[in-house]
Amino acid sequence: MSSNNHELNKFPWKHVIGLALSLILTLIALWVVVSLSLPTVATLTIIVLLAVCQAFIQLLMFMHINENHGRGYRILAIAFGFYIAVVVVYGSLWIMWFTV
Amino acid sequence: MIENIKSFLGSFFVTGDPMIYGADASIALATIGIVFYLTYFKKWKWLWDEWLTTVDHKKIGIMYIIAAILMLFRGGVDALLMRAQLIIPNNTFLTSQHYNEIFTTHGTIMIFFMAMPFIFGLMNIAIPLQIGARDVAFPFLNAVSFWLFFLAAMLFNISFVIGGSPDAGWTSYAPLAGLKLDPGVGENYYLVALQISGIGTLATGVNFLVTIFKMRAPGMTLFKMPMFTWSTLVTSIIIIFAFPVLTIALALMSIDRLFGAHFFTIEAGGSPMMWANLFWIWGHPEVYIVLIPVLGIFSEVISTFAHKTLFGYKAMVWSMIAISVLSFTTWLHHFFTMGNTAWVNSFFSVSTMIIAIPTGVKIFNWLFTLNKGRIEFTTAMLWALAFIPNFTIGGITGVMLSLAPADYQYHNSYFLIAHFHNVLIAGTVFGVFAGLHYWWPKMFGHVLNERLGKWAFWVFMISYNICFLPMYFIGLMGMTRRMYTFPSGLGWEPLNLVITLGAFGMGVGFLIMVWMIVYSAKYGKRDTTGDPWNGRTLEWATSSPAPEYNFAHIPQVETVDAFAHMKEKGTAGNIYKAPFQAIHMPNDTGIPFILSVFFFIAGFGLVFEWYWMAIPGTIGIIVSMIVRSFKDHEDHHHIPAEEVEQTERAAGRLS
Repeated sequence: MSSNNHELNKFPWKHVIGLALSLILTLIALWVVVSLSLPTVATLTIIVLLAVCQAFIQLLMFMHINENHGRGYRILAIAFGFYIAVVVVYGSLWIMWFTV
Repeated sequence: MIENIKSFLGSFFVTGDPMIYGADASIALATIGIVFYLTYFKKWKWLWDEWLTTVDHKKIGIMYIIAAILMLFRGGVDALLMRAQLIIPNNTFLTSQHYNEIFTTHGTIMIFFMAMPFIFGLMNIAIPLQIGARDVAFPFLNAVSFWLFFLAAMLFNISFVIGGSPDAGWTSYAPLAGLKLDPGVGENYYLVALQISGIGTLATGVNFLVTIFKMRAPGMTLFKMPMFTWSTLVTSIIIIFAFPVLTIALALMSIDRLFGAHFFTIEAGGSPMMWANLFWIWGHPEVYIVLIPVLGIFSEVISTFAHKTLFGYKAMVWSMIAISVLSFTTWLHHFFTMGNTAWVNSFFSVSTMIIAIPTGVKIFNWLFTLNKGRIEFTTAMLWALAFIPNFTIGGITGVMLSLAPADYQYHNSYFLIAHFHNVLIAGTVFGVFAGLHYWWPKMFGHVLNERLGKWAFWVFMISYNICFLPMYFIGLMGMTRRMYTFPSGLGWEPLNLVITLGAFGMGVGFLIMVWMIVYSAKYGKRDTTGDPWNGRTLEWATSSPAPEYNFAHIPQVETVDAFAHMKEKGTAGNIYKAPFQAIHMPNDTGIPFILSVFFFIAGFGLVFEWYWMAIPGTIGIIVSMIVRSFKDHEDHHHIPAEEVEQTERAAGRLS
């Protein structure tokens, strides 16, 4: 409990940096779409890469991914999250391919 | 000037229909009545202190259930209006526009504002008690979840008197729901209200996941948890992964409608089919979000009233986990006919058939639990027993629908309507009714009247079959869903008449149930033991209604059915044995309610695109969150040991 309180009393730099980085990456994505007139494939590639970067930043800064306790749960949770992401993204592409 | 005000009011309030004026009048009268009652009996402070600011999971659960029953009434009236329109051919009771609005609000309210809150209410009441905890992991967040749901439900409900209801179906498919084909505020209500209540739902998912992982009583390993706790855990995981998809889909369509983007329009490279795709990526797991918890309730009820440990505990758990994994792989079966390749349809056809297997495993487990049990036919048990055959009919017709080639015949016909009401009513509605009867004593300290309960059960269950079984046949005869009227001479008249009679029979069943609740509050048998059913799990170890702190001492768990084991060993009394210690509890707070009111204001502003209202509302939301984050250190208190002793003595627990 005491170590917990100590943790709570520190200024949450990690979260502030995470928030700032997330905002910057989002603004870059917006700028790429609005201000640069790149070919569609290039635009999509860039914003997908930025999104993946942001996902990792959030996992590191907000989601305690590199903490030590509860490793088993975390691996399971990430595996399930990865499974859902693949199913949703790949499944949607597969279904929608017909119209693309 | 006066002309301007007149034309504004004419479009702001829904006008021109006598039924709507009747609704206006009854809303005004009910509001005046409530305000008068609260003022005359000086209840405002009581309302604020005891309910609006509470973070107690049991009170939040009760509020969820009251709201859900009100919404069941609203959605039920919608259903009866639809059936009244379809009682005879070429009926002119409702116009097509009015009918469209009613089937849309019926579906949306029943799923988002009846089924889910009812289930969340039962989870709130039972889960912390079942795992031997004093509250959920995040009591503040729990109150936020409830108030977001409640004010979102109110926002959605005022649409029928202010501005007009959504009218594109509960699925709100693009391009029909897009700005071009559906101008006006109706669809905005749908998008904004579901977005707000969706935030609450997501928070509930996180809250219960953490509660179950982190707050179980010592000794309760995962495989010693009660089955309802397991089902809530699995549901929470599905919520966490499915609801973000709905959030995104709703946000994209809101951007389309409010700011002129083209995610789901045909022009400018948008894709209307992507709406269907995203909606059902969320929508199919959603089916299991409202089903899996009630499978847990049935397991509890059947095992309690067969007076046996649940048969095949591990098979039950693994089949729920299998359902949660598979539920994300079947969504396309909702739009087989939208035009996909043969491989796509085949894959989703097979995945849908596969998900029926774990569900079937569970059915057999319940049957084997009943086998050689001492079955006690209480009302809760009747609902659970009726669930098995009725739900199985729905399940089997579901497998019929999963065959992609055959689905071209069934699609959007009354066959489909019959199927999903068969699973959602026999599953979810029977389940929450069973849970309501089962946990009622724990909520209020008295048992619901069995005689009236059985009357309600038989009337409702028989009427339900009269209503929905003929729909399979009328569907095969060619009647499609969402028709606001039908011509004579197609041979549909007799079955439509029967269906309408069945629907009104269900209404009668509901009224008996309401009467039963009122009657039992006055004359119901008081539960002085805390264990009216000879229960098997920990919620029955404490007194009824459960004290604020749930357990004077946190129970020690050794086996599955922990309380049954304690009673056998004679250690059940350890939970309330003196001496007592001070108990650490969360403080009540008004912030969740105020925050949600700001959400309502911002939401209403967005619906009408009144940014002078939406922007201050949003600022209010942010300020509420900032205020909360600086009040972190003053959010808990201790109940002194003497007070615990007094409470236990008052409950008759100390001799």
